[in-house]
Amino acid sequence: MSSLVAAEMEDLEAFRGRARAFIRGNLRPIGSTVMTVRSRVSDEEELAAVARDREVQRMLFDARLAGVCVPREYDGLGLTPAHQRALNEEIAGFEFPSRIQVPTFAPCAAVLLEFGTEEQKRRHIPAMLRGEEIWMQFLSEPSGGSDVAGALTSATRDGDGWLLNGSKVWTTGAWWSDWALCLARTDWDVAKHAGLTVFILPIHQPSIDVHRIEMLNGNREFCQEFLNDVRVPDDDRVGDVNDGWTVGTRWMFHERMSYNSPLVTFPADAIHGVAGGASTLELARAAGRADDARVRDLIGEAQTLEIVWRELQRRVGEGIATGTMSSQSSAVARVFHCLATMRQTTIAFDVAGGAGGAWSNDDDGPLARAGTDFLMRQVSCIGGGTTEMARNVVSERVLGMPRERTLDKDVAFRDVPRSPTAKR
Amino acid sequence: MLLQPTSDQELLRETTARFLDETVPPAELRRLRDDPVGFADAWWKRGAELGWTSLLVSEENGGGSISDRGLVDLSLLTYEFGRRAAPGPLVPASIVAAALSGTGGNAHAPVLARLLSGDAIATWCLAEPRPNDRLGAIALEIRSDGGDVLLSGVKRPVEAAASASHLLVTGRTGDGLTQVLVPADAPGVTIAPMESVDLTRRFHRVTFESVRVPASALVGEPGRADMQVERQLQQALVLLAAESVGAMQSGFDMTLAWAFDRFSFGRPLASYQAIKHRFADLKAWLEASHAIADAAVAAVDAGSEEAAELASIAKAYVGDQGAELLQDCVQLHGGIGVTFEHDLHFFLRRLTVDRALYGTPAEHRQRLTALLERRAEAA
Repeated sequence: MSSLVAAEMEDLEAFRGRARAFIRGNLRPIGSTVMTVRSRVSDEEELAAVARDREVQRMLFDARLAGVCVPREYDGLGLTPAHQRALNEEIAGFEFPSRIQVPTFAPCAAVLLEFGTEEQKRRHIPAMLRGEEIWMQFLSEPSGGSDVAGALTSATRDGDGWLLNGSKVWTTGAWWSDWALCLARTDWDVAKHAGLTVFILPIHQPSIDVHRIEMLNGNREFCQEFLNDVRVPDDDRVGDVNDGWTVGTRWMFHERMSYNSPLVTFPADAIHGVAGGASTLELARAAGRADDARVRDLIGEAQTLEIVWRELQRRVGEGIATGTMSSQSSAVARVFHCLATMRQTTIAFDVAGGAGGAWSNDDDGPLARAGTDFLMRQVSCIGGGTTEMARNVVSERVLGMPRERTLDKDVAFRDVPRSPTAKR
Repeated sequence: MLLQPTSDQELLRETTARFLDETVPPAELRRLRDDPVGFADAWWKRGAELGWTSLLVSEENGGGSISDRGLVDLSLLTYEFGRRAAPGPLVPASIVAAALSGTGGNAHAPVLARLLSGDAIATWCLAEPRPNDRLGAIALEIRSDGGDVLLSGVKRPVEAAASASHLLVTGRTGDGLTQVLVPADAPGVTIAPMESVDLTRRFHRVTFESVRVPASALVGEPGRADMQVERQLQQALVLLAAESVGAMQSGFDMTLAWAFDRFSFGRPLASYQAIKHRFADLKAWLEASHAIADAAVAAVDAGSEEAAELASIAKAYVGDQGAELLQDCVQLHGGIGVTFEHDLHFFLRRLTVDRALYGTPAEHRQRLTALLERRAEAA
C-alpha cells in the first residue's frame, strides 16, 4: 500500500468519483447522522457497532479511501483537505466508522504525526487506518477538566521506563478502545506547564482499571481510568521529557479541530447533536402541533440554526485551510455550536409539549426522547472543552484581548493553590 | 464576505470602497439626514460608472458582471455599502435592471440603457400596506383594458420612489402575478414620503389610482410573473443580507477598538472576562452571518434548489442576530452608543431598516417551515 515512489496526485474529481462508486456500492445508507449522547444502548449493541466500525474502516482502507491527508509513508493517501471534503460530501447519508474518527485521528493521530518518533508513527498510524487501533485521550482528570495542564497524574522514572499513577476521566468508550495518548506530570518542582510529558499506552492491562460512568440519562459510554504503577517504556514517550506542553498545545488545537480536521472522515451533512428543522417538524407532527403558528416559528428557527451551522463550519474550515482565518478560529465555530445546540434542544423540548415531562414509549414516538435530551442539554457546552474556555480562546487568541490572570505561573507546581479535597 | 474573492472582484470591491470613503464619510451622512433625496444624481451617475448598475444585466443588454456570477459581484458592493451605511437605492435599482434585462425584451431597452448609465433610476414596488403587509400578500390589481393595462392599489414602503423615473410594479391578475414598468409621472400615480430610521434611504407610499399604461409596459407575461417575482425577492433578500453583514462588521470593529481604548478601574474593557466572553459570542454570530450570507448569495446566483431556503435563512438569521449584535455593541459602548454624535448608530439604522424589508425574520421562519413541509411531502 505505501509507496515511496512519488506518484502524481490523484485528481480531485477522479477521487470523488471513486469514493462515490465505492460508498454507494458497499456502505449501508443510514440517512443523516446525528451525533449525540443517547441513553441506554445495550453493551452487546455497542460492541456490535464498534466491530462494524472497525470493519468499515478496514473497507475504506482497502478501497484507498482512508487517511486521505495522512502521508503515504504511513499508509495514507497523501492527498489534500479538498479531497477529504469530497469524501465527506460523498459519504453523507451512509454509515461511516464514527467511533474511529474522533479522538483516534484528531487529535491522537495528528499529535503522533507531529511529535511521534518514526517508529511510533510506523507502528500506530497504519493500524489506526486499518481500524485495528482505536485511540482515546487520557487528558481530563477528576481534579479539573478545563485546566488540562494542571494534570496530577504522575510519571516517575523506573529504570529505562516510567511508572504512571493517577486517574483520567471522560474518555468515551475506553472500555472498548485500544490505546491512549496520556498527559502526565514528570516534574513537580517547576512551573505547571514546564513539568509535563506525553506518553502512549495500551488501555487494557492489569494496572489500569476502567470504570464506566453512568450519565443522568442512563448512558454508560464515558469512563474513568485508574492508573496504578502503569509501566511505560521510554520508547512510548511522545516529545521530550518535560516538554509535554509543547505537544499539549498542539494536542488542544487538534482537539478543537475535531470533526473539521482534515484527518477525520465525517459526513458533510452531519449534525453534531443538532436537531434541525426536519426533525423538529417531525416532532411537531407527532405532538399534533404542526399548525400552531408559534411552533412553526420554532421549526423555522431550528432549520435556520442547522443550516447556518453547516455554512459556518464550511467557512471556518476554508478559512483555516487557506490561512485567511486564524488557526484558532475553530473556537468560533465551537461557541456557535454550543449556543445553537442549546437552543435547538430547548426548541425540541418546547415542541414536544407535555410529553417532555411524562411520556409513553408505546404512543409518543420521537416525543419520548425530548425530556431526557433536555436534561442533557448542556453536554454540548461541556464536552471537548467548555464554552467558557472556547470564549477565552476566541477573545484572547482570535481577537487579541488580554489573557486572564492566573496564580499558577512562576511557581513550582507543587505550591500552586489547589482544591483542599484534591489529592496531593 | 467572501474569503477568497478573485483579483477582479477585489478590484471592483476596492474601487467602490474607496469611492464611498471619499464621497460619503460620516460627516456627509449626517449632512444628508435633512436632504429630501438622500443622495445626489451626479453621485449616483459616478457610481454607475463604477459598475453598480450593470452587474445583473446581460452583456447583450449593455451590462456585464466581473466573474459571471453577477449577484456574487453585486453582493460585494452591497456589503461595502453596509460597511459605510452608504446612501443610494442600489438593491431595488439593480433588481429592476435585472428584471428588464431578463424578461423585458427590447421594449424596455431605452429605459434600461438610462438605468445602466445612471441617468435615470428605477425602483421596485412590492410591499403593500396593512392588511396586505405580510410576506407574499399582493393585492394591487393589474388588468387588461383594450390594448392597455390598468393598475389600482397602493404600495409601501417603496425605496427612492421620488427619485425614480420608472416603477416596476408587482400586482395581481386573477390567480397569478403581473409586473409592469410604470413611468413615475404617469397620471394617477401619487408618491408620498414616509419616515424611516435610516439616515439616507428614503421610502415612499405610492398610490396607483386607475393608472393606465400601454401593454408594451408589461414586463413578462401577465399573470405569469410568480417565478420572476420569487427570483427578485430572493435577490433582494440576499443582497440586503450582505449589506446587513457589512453593517454588523463595522459595528463590531468599532466596538472591538473601543474595548481596547476605553479604560475603567485602571484596566481596558477588553481585559474583563465578562466583556471578553460577550465579544466571543458576537464574533461567532458575525462569522455565522458572513457564512450564511455568502452561501445564500451563491445559491440564488446559481438558481440552486436551495436558493429559496437559504435566502430565507439568511434573512431570518442576519435580521435577528445582526440586530442583537448591534444592540450589544451599543450596550458595550455605554451612553456614547446612543448619541447622534457617535457613528455606531449608522450601522444599527441600516440593519434595522434592512431587517424590516421583504418580510420579517419571523415571516421567513414560517416560510421555511412551509418549505420543509413541501420537501417532506415530496420525499
